[in-house]
Amino acid sequence: MTGAHEDYLLSPYRVLDLTDERGLLCGKILADLGADVIQIEPPGGSTARRIGPYYQGQIHPEKSLFWWAYAINKRGITLNLETTDGRQLLQRMVRDAHFLIESWPPGYLESLGLGYEALAAINPELILVSITPFGQDGPYAHYQATDVVGMAMGGLMYLTGDPDRAPVRVGFPQFYLHGAAAGATGAMLAHSARVTTGKGQHVDVSCQQAVARSLAHAPQFWQLENLILKRLGSFRQSAGESKVRVNWRCKDGYVNFMPGGGGAGSVRSVRSLLAWMREAGQANEELEAVQWEDLGYGTGRAETMDKTAEVVGAFFAERTRDDLVRECTERRIMLFPVATERDIFTHPQLEARGYFKPIEHPELGASVTYPGLFIKDVSGDRIGLRRRPPLIGEHNQEFYQGELGLTPEAVATLTQGKVM
Amino acid sequence: MPPQALEGLKVLDFCWVAAGPMTTKYLAEHGATVVRVESAKRPESLRRAAPYGGDGTSGINRSGYFANYNANKYGITLDMRHPRARELVLRMVSTWADLVTENFTPGTMESWGLGYADLKQVKPEIMMFSASMLGRGGPLEKQPGFGAVLSSLAGLTNITGWPDRGPVNPYGAYTDFIVPRFAVASILAALDYRRRTGQGIHLDMSQLETSLHFSSPLLLDYAINGVEPTRKGNRDPGAAPHGVYPCQGEDRWIAIACFSDDEWRALRRVISSGGANWADQDSFGSLLGRKAAEDQLDDLMAEWTRGYGAKALMATLQQAGVPAGVVNDTRDLFDDIQLQHRGHFQYLDHAEIGSYASEKSEFNLSDTPGKLDRPAPLMGEHTAYVLRDLVGLSEQEYLSFKADDVLE
Repeated sequence: MTGAHEDYLLSPYRVLDLTDERGLLCGKILADLGADVIQIEPPGGSTARRIGPYYQGQIHPEKSLFWWAYAINKRGITLNLETTDGRQLLQRMVRDAHFLIESWPPGYLESLGLGYEALAAINPELILVSITPFGQDGPYAHYQATDVVGMAMGGLMYLTGDPDRAPVRVGFPQFYLHGAAAGATGAMLAHSARVTTGKGQHVDVSCQQAVARSLAHAPQFWQLENLILKRLGSFRQSAGESKVRVNWRCKDGYVNFMPGGGGAGSVRSVRSLLAWMREAGQANEELEAVQWEDLGYGTGRAETMDKTAEVVGAFFAERTRDDLVRECTERRIMLFPVATERDIFTHPQLEARGYFKPIEHPELGASVTYPGLFIKDVSGDRIGLRRRPPLIGEHNQEFYQGELGLTPEAVATLTQGKVM
Repeated sequence: MPPQALEGLKVLDFCWVAAGPMTTKYLAEHGATVVRVESAKRPESLRRAAPYGGDGTSGINRSGYFANYNANKYGITLDMRHPRARELVLRMVSTWADLVTENFTPGTMESWGLGYADLKQVKPEIMMFSASMLGRGGPLEKQPGFGAVLSSLAGLTNITGWPDRGPVNPYGAYTDFIVPRFAVASILAALDYRRRTGQGIHLDMSQLETSLHFSSPLLLDYAINGVEPTRKGNRDPGAAPHGVYPCQGEDRWIAIACFSDDEWRALRRVISSGGANWADQDSFGSLLGRKAAEDQLDDLMAEWTRGYGAKALMATLQQAGVPAGVVNDTRDLFDDIQLQHRGHFQYLDHAEIGSYASEKSEFNLSDTPGKLDRPAPLMGEHTAYVLRDLVGLSEQEYLSFKADDVLE
């Protein structure tokens, strides 16, 4: 593709990616950093291709936007691991691969004779990354987890949602994304070790732990103060008797504003808002008298917050989101829109940084706008998007014949035999 | 003792608050020498954040929030506004550091004469990692903010909550804990590139741009189809029942999800073995049937689960093949037998806090497991040790910086 070159951060490395929807992001991170990631799908395509939404609403395995988002930048081949030929081909591919990523339930690869020990016997330098809900062993290792189950057991749900209703999950499945992203970190740590030891190892990721590490200081409140933090809807409980309002309704939508104490920025932000309210003839002396500097970081006394919620809430309710955001940006008030997808696509900073990238899909005769890179190489382009997501088996011939050295006859036989 | 993945890596760490320190904690846990540069005159926000250990009162060395993310690091205190601070930092870069990390508002390091170009002058192959809310360059690069805000900017707040109510933030500074995994992978990839080529790299992370990868299919849906997502509570288009249901006790809940007919049949067997027969009605036999009557199904589920303890019901359902999990509160996390099995919380002894819990990496590395074995530094605890023993300043140099009040 245009712009592709061989000088990416991870250009010399090959990744075999056996994951389904539970682990795709791990390989995508390594691919964006420049590794040659080969997505290995079962014949007929990955189950991730059955997850919507779809391109122009057309329910079709080549048009899943979930697949597109997390398989972009990878090459794609098909292989049936439940056949003898399939297993033998994988063993052959492992010989000169640097990483293998998988998201099967613990024990599945072993049952195929492809567990870590067996793979390391073929290639001691191989790094195997396993992404599972709870890790490879332990009392819950064989528990089944979907997103809602995992977000519950990881502890994020209990803290999210309205106090008078059940806890809620984040509105897009997050559980496996946490684990898959952590898999990329584990993979690179193992790689750093390999550089000195010459040996690969097994990276065993627990998605539950990844979510449980996403709770800010809530676990420490239990451990140090025996306080179980609660979900408070549009407020956030920031200590035992302390809460801060986070989300606010305005005239035509919602905004995010935290009138908490602590850091200089937060205090300036609140004071600047109170000054604006005074200018607008809606001064509140009670709030102006609060010693925001003396409050702990991100905290506020409950009565102050209730007063703030009332007075500030009324001020916001009279104004539109765009007006609030514009005025607050100028006044250095830390108020932000509760962004919709439209807001994200028109965000001036994302636009200025050229975040969204058009990627050609020649098979559709279309150019598609993708979210861009998660990190930038300031002085070069050694991190980058370089190929659209693969079609089912798109690189079978290129890879099996061109790189693995199978004969065209063998590829034809294996295709007929539903191995690929 | 097993070797560590990053033994020998030397990190000069200017990161503060949560996302940056969590990033460098991975490095410190896995063998890197991480030196945090702090100001005692203007302590970073997290040092003033609850909860506090010791006697429970606020104190610069007592924040459990700070202590979690700064385990295994060394701490030094410099007055960055002092004219000689630059000299000292450049000295540390030229003779000691491999990697400089920071997450200030863009322009801050430059204002101290310590931008990437300055660092490169004294060490051409230096690596630098910069993270900020919105990334470097662009009209809003200096916009202040923090993690809880980014959940909103990244579209995650808008989709979270109930269809009949306003949005709620995913708890806490949610995106702060998403970005470190991307950051560490990138930093280590860049270090590998330098090992191969000798070239240093400056990485620029916009935490907004990173966080958008946790909902990127929704962005594609909007870009292509013009569809804006809506709040759905706990429902899922491909499953029923799919939700969180009340259990015995106060604020106790269980999550249950049936995507396949097999899972539904397994759930039905558990329900009828307990003596209830409401699940046997024909209209619930198919996914479409259950979806059509999902309100009723959820009410019946809630009525049924209310009779059980969450943990016991989870065990029964999992045994039967139904995905189910307790909604763990923070006490439950410490009691969770799987997290205990994994050693999720590691306990460290801290001079002012006492014993405190720090979270280990969410992965086990079979050969280089890493370890958390030192508590977070007290303010300025290692200034002398780092400058004299690690960086190798002569006694005279050290005393001169000290006498000039560069060291706080």
